[in-house]
Amino acid sequence: MVEHRPIVTLISHLVLIFGVAIIAFPIWITFVASTHEAARMVQIPLPLLPGDQFFKNLEQTLFKGLEGAGAPPVGFMMVNSLIMALMIAGGKIAISLISAFAIVYFKFPFRMGFFWMIFITLMLPVEVRILPTFEVVANLGMLNTYWGLSIPLIASATATFMFRQVFLTIPDELLEAARIDGAGPMRFFIDILVPLSRTNIAALFVILFIYGWNQYLWPLLVTTDQSMYTVVMGIKQMLEAAEQSPDWHQIMMTSLLAMLPPVFVVVFMQRLFVKGLTETEK
Amino acid sequence: MAEIHLRQVGKSYGEVEVLQGIDWKIGDGEFVVIVGPSGCGKSTLLRMIAGLESITQGEISIGDRVVNDLEPAERDIAMVFQNYALYPHMSVYNNMAYGLKIRGIPKDEIERRVKQTAEILEIGDYLTRAPRQLSGGQRQRVAMGRAIVREPSVFLFDEPLSNLDAKLRVQMRLEIKKLQQRLGITSVYVTHDQVEAMTLGHRLMVLNGGHVEQLGTPIELYERPLTKFVAGFIGSPSMNFLEAKMSEDGSKAHFTGGNSLELPAHLSGHGDRRVSVGMRPEHLLLDENGSNTASATVHVVEHLGADTLVHGTFGNDDGPELVVRLDGIKTIGQDEVLTLSIDPNNIHLFDPDSGKRLNT
Amino acid sequence: MLKRVHFGSSWLPFALVAPQILITVVFFIWPASQALYQSLLVEDAFGLSSEFVWFDNFIELFGDEHYLGTFQRTIFFSFSVAFLSMAFALTLAAMADRVIKGATTYRTFLIWPYAVAPVVSGALWVFMFDPTLGIFTYTLGALGYEWNHKLNGGEAMFLVIVASAWKQVAYNFLFFLAAMQSIPKSLIEAAAIDGAGPTRRFTSIILPLISPTTFFLMVINVVFAFFETFGIIHAVTQGGPAKATEILVYKVFNDGFIGLDLGGSAAQSVILMLIVISLTVIQFRYVEKKVEY
Repeated sequence: MVEHRPIVTLISHLVLIFGVAIIAFPIWITFVASTHEAARMVQIPLPLLPGDQFFKNLEQTLFKGLEGAGAPPVGFMMVNSLIMALMIAGGKIAISLISAFAIVYFKFPFRMGFFWMIFITLMLPVEVRILPTFEVVANLGMLNTYWGLSIPLIASATATFMFRQVFLTIPDELLEAARIDGAGPMRFFIDILVPLSRTNIAALFVILFIYGWNQYLWPLLVTTDQSMYTVVMGIKQMLEAAEQSPDWHQIMMTSLLAMLPPVFVVVFMQRLFVKGLTETEK
Repeated sequence: MAEIHLRQVGKSYGEVEVLQGIDWKIGDGEFVVIVGPSGCGKSTLLRMIAGLESITQGEISIGDRVVNDLEPAERDIAMVFQNYALYPHMSVYNNMAYGLKIRGIPKDEIERRVKQTAEILEIGDYLTRAPRQLSGGQRQRVAMGRAIVREPSVFLFDEPLSNLDAKLRVQMRLEIKKLQQRLGITSVYVTHDQVEAMTLGHRLMVLNGGHVEQLGTPIELYERPLTKFVAGFIGSPSMNFLEAKMSEDGSKAHFTGGNSLELPAHLSGHGDRRVSVGMRPEHLLLDENGSNTASATVHVVEHLGADTLVHGTFGNDDGPELVVRLDGIKTIGQDEVLTLSIDPNNIHLFDPDSGKRLNT
Repeated sequence: MLKRVHFGSSWLPFALVAPQILITVVFFIWPASQALYQSLLVEDAFGLSSEFVWFDNFIELFGDEHYLGTFQRTIFFSFSVAFLSMAFALTLAAMADRVIKGATTYRTFLIWPYAVAPVVSGALWVFMFDPTLGIFTYTLGALGYEWNHKLNGGEAMFLVIVASAWKQVAYNFLFFLAAMQSIPKSLIEAAAIDGAGPTRRFTSIILPLISPTTFFLMVINVVFAFFETFGIIHAVTQGGPAKATEILVYKVFNDGFIGLDLGGSAAQSVILMLIVISLTVIQFRYVEKKVEY
């Protein structure tokens, strides 16, 4: 900063540390809860320091699941979550890339009409059309399938807009050079456009992976079969069971596992994550 | 190797005509330059030859093929772009090899050609680098290499030197000229820089507002500009144009500011009318004993070392503005009155309204 | 928005937009128009016949005290979440912008709640405030306050607001910090030379300059609170107690899937759509005023 006032800097650091503490406290409590055995988790007050049951709880939660809650093992649900998140992120990126390519690089009838149709999806979040969308998916026989979980969520105006923005910044001369070199549209797309958009693709993937992994309402509606449960849904299932017999050590272990992959992605791909977040909102 | 033939070529975007009636035959192995101010349509014409713009009127042929409906890739041309248009994510080698790969040329042949071209352009050491790791001059070479390696029958250059600094520009200009002489490939070069145009081209096309002002060799354009536009465009500093009234018999031109010049026989015949008299700054000499003298009032003097530029007015302070270029270093003061002379053969007469040359 | 240099028309561009358009039509436009259509119908209790009633469903909704209550509640909830998380994030961002060392480290520690699913966030907070076991309940009890969000509507509302704001701080912090860091250093230095102290500079230079970001975040946070907090509410309170935390999105779900009132649920969907549309329009109208990153 401009002037050197150690006191002000110190206060800034203290405020930040306090802020971090507030933000992190729930996670700490979650972690602590996941390290104790069931018996300890019904004694008031609850512990503030970790116990020694972490790996036992981990094994129990991952491979056996919560007894009595009727939910499959968390490891199993995490695989479902992973498949769904990857399908949503991959699907969104793929269809947005090619539709942005068509809209930016081709002159064809109804081009703007298509653009506006894609734009409209921005105004129709799943929450406002749950019932009729559910009916469509049910009629198509897509309930309890990965397709039903992911496809209705992969139309994306934001991703299309972002790629459109990226393509518009790519100099025209590259296309001209490629045409003189003899590249057709698809060759240009694959050899030039996609490689040039790769950091944007990666950034978007980070955002969409988190988006996909954290989906809740939609999986709740289209899956009735336990074999299709995702981990985020599983937590809710366990919470309901907790009304009778609170197995907080396992619920918190599950919470920890459910947040692990997306948090991992945010922390370790921070640069891409920030880029993705700021660019999709442009 | 190929000739390029433009027949009544024109281009319009809807109602707007940007090029009209362009006829030109470019010989095999010739280096021609299309020059003009920005917006004159020169890049459009080049891009029409390349196939990047459609041809709305007329016909272009390369070799013995009419290329109007051919894709750029099928025209057997290569192009060097102003911003180089190197593929940023590919190495120098892959940039050069990309077009050859698409054409399905065998790997070892591609390697041989790329290596050989890199040798010529002295970029052999950079083949594995990415374009962003190169300097402007090196990128320029890679862009040329990408064109050369294709062994096309025509090279097209779209202001390739305008992104370089002045010194590098002079150096690359020379290299392009040498390269073209060595390879002997028909080349069309577009620029707005008249020095580049004069030094590079065997022949020049001066474009202005979508039509051809003049075609010819650099010497022809310099010595006998057909229009005021060409006269002003070619040469630096620009030719002086001085409004004058011709005497009745056409033997003398009278200027505001008190000067009059005797015109030799071949310039007469334009009696009793207004003309625009064109005199190049370098053709005005400090010579009191010359046959055809006139005075000039000095306002500003610029010393460039090799020559001295004098800005002033022709005659007294009321006269038209004038620039004189004198050889070497001259000590001239402000408000000094100089006596200048000019060889009558270096005087050009233009119609002040149409801009057309009067003396033939 | 079309490239000056582009490809001509053929079947290819249609094939390229086809997947996106197909999904949009089948899963977005068709269901939305169904909602629109159903919002004009009334079905009998057995779902056997339906009658076209024009805007009766809407009229009924706006005559329904419960619905109007939900509406008010949603607005209160949304703005509370937006205000709480933005104020917290703004403070932290201002501090992080001040400290040169460690700003990135703080950022790392502050942004990850973004990655936590709303339901998980709900689970975390409901655990800490569990009426019998929760750590905060215990602490509050020791201080003499009896906490039970399962019985007390105000406490339930507080809990879902905190759980939602907590999750959203990360996003707001990131954007505030980026906005502050994009202000040219020379501007701050000029203000310092003019004699403005740190607080003065913050209120008279930084705050006005980041106001486009503030506005943008306001819209984003309201949208988040309106539509993406379903998971939190579902996990923490299920809309209770006595509908004290039932917001619009939750009510659509409840009336449609649990209450099976198709016409009423569809009419609510339509109203929600109108809200999203107006929020989107607001967001896009001011988008050009947004700070460049």
